[in-house]
Amino acid sequence: MFEAALIVALIIMSVSVFLCFIRVVIGPSVSDRVVALDLIGIHLIGIVGMLMILHESLYYVEVVLVLGILAFIGTIALSKFIEGGVVIDRDHR
Amino acid sequence: MKNNVSLQTVTRLTVFIVLAFSIYLLLAGHHAPGGGFIGGLMAASAIVLLYLSFGMKKISKVFTISYPYLIAVGLLLAMGTGFIGVLVGDPFLTQYYDYFYIPFLGTVELTTALIFDIGVYFVVVGVALFSILTIAEDDA
Repeated sequence: MFEAALIVALIIMSVSVFLCFIRVVIGPSVSDRVVALDLIGIHLIGIVGMLMILHESLYYVEVVLVLGILAFIGTIALSKFIEGGVVIDRDHR
Repeated sequence: MKNNVSLQTVTRLTVFIVLAFSIYLLLAGHHAPGGGFIGGLMAASAIVLLYLSFGMKKISKVFTISYPYLIAVGLLLAMGTGFIGVLVGDPFLTQYYDYFYIPFLGTVELTTALIFDIGVYFVVVGVALFSILTIAEDDA
């Protein structure tokens, strides 16, 4: 019963990732695409967490941490690009 | 330059967590998920986070090391570990290991593959940061 619930949740989250992908492709503005990409990262974290419960394994914890850090940094970089057009400030050395 | 205080405050806390996680991945990588490559990528992403929030000028004063030299040192470490086996008479990249007692840590298995992984770590940090900063310095 519990495994069936997990599999149903995984299927629903896969559909959600697909909807985010559609928003990335057709998104009218850059901001829509950024938010959708960030959401895909968060979805992946959730999917890996549920896979961990399903496989009764702890070996994917590092995957969750790495995905979280990369989603964080990617969101910051894209936000800075939207804000000012410059990702890394140079200050004209 | 815009005023991004909240980003800088979060970065000051987060960078140390990410760097500690990269060291953990480097050391755990023999019998568990991890290794030199992903540890190096995490360290590179921590330093990229510093560059993102503080700008090129300030962080270039902190990290004065030149990244091509870091790549060379890492490659020499990895290659040199491989040639240990050749000198003794075993095949290239043979692994030697033994169990050592270290205070506070207990008995630890130390391998020559760890030195190889540290070399890979340096190479990955150097390549990732060198390519990212070369793209960032380019006048578009």
